[in-house]
Amino acid sequence: MLTITRELHDKIVAHARRDHPDEACGVLAGRAGGDRPERLIAMTNAERSPTFYRFDSGEQFRVWREMEDRDEEPVVIYHSHTATEAYPSRTDISYASEPGAHYVLVSTRDADTAEFRSYRIVDGTVAEEPVTVVE
Amino acid sequence: MAIEVRIPTILRTYTDGAKQVEGTGSTLGELFTDLDRKHGGLRDRLVDDDGLRRFVNVYLNDEDVRFLAGLETPVKDGDTVTVLPAVAGGAG
Repeated sequence: MLTITRELHDKIVAHARRDHPDEACGVLAGRAGGDRPERLIAMTNAERSPTFYRFDSGEQFRVWREMEDRDEEPVVIYHSHTATEAYPSRTDISYASEPGAHYVLVSTRDADTAEFRSYRIVDGTVAEEPVTVVE
Repeated sequence: MAIEVRIPTILRTYTDGAKQVEGTGSTLGELFTDLDRKHGGLRDRLVDDDGLRRFVNVYLNDEDVRFLAGLETPVKDGDTVTVLPAVAGGAG
């Protein structure tokens, strides 16, 4: 289960809409071991593509180092699909490299509604999980 | 001579859970070969037939080695090498 504040949920959706039609991507950091996302870090999509994303490597290094200094970990890794459903693709599954993270997918294929779903991806296996939005 | 190498969560199965290991070598390539002697299989996760694996980021201190000399990048005592799997994916 992913528990996330309304504020962070809405920030992810806003980021996805802003970057549409390119895929948006980012991280929610939280205290290590706490499993609660606390702050959003929007990441540059170095691919700048409507169908692929990749964190800029230098930015990823700085963000990961900063999380370590703050005793945080990546609780959520999110990205958007701009024309397909908010479900992990084969590429998403094969590149998922943080076994402890919740993988959030947002779809911006429809201008009026945003699909927001969360998954665990471990060793190539995807399991969808419920999302609880708290105020 | 020791070079500190920081290992991401997903590769700690090769290092008995250690998040940091030490190795020697005068280039990144030599360092990875050295690490593989103590942590068998680790090198294969970092390097393929074409060199550094595309979706693995390796940094010498705070620079991505793709912008240095890749596997030929010189390394020395006191350096820190960090490995981070790329965060990537997408619909297509």
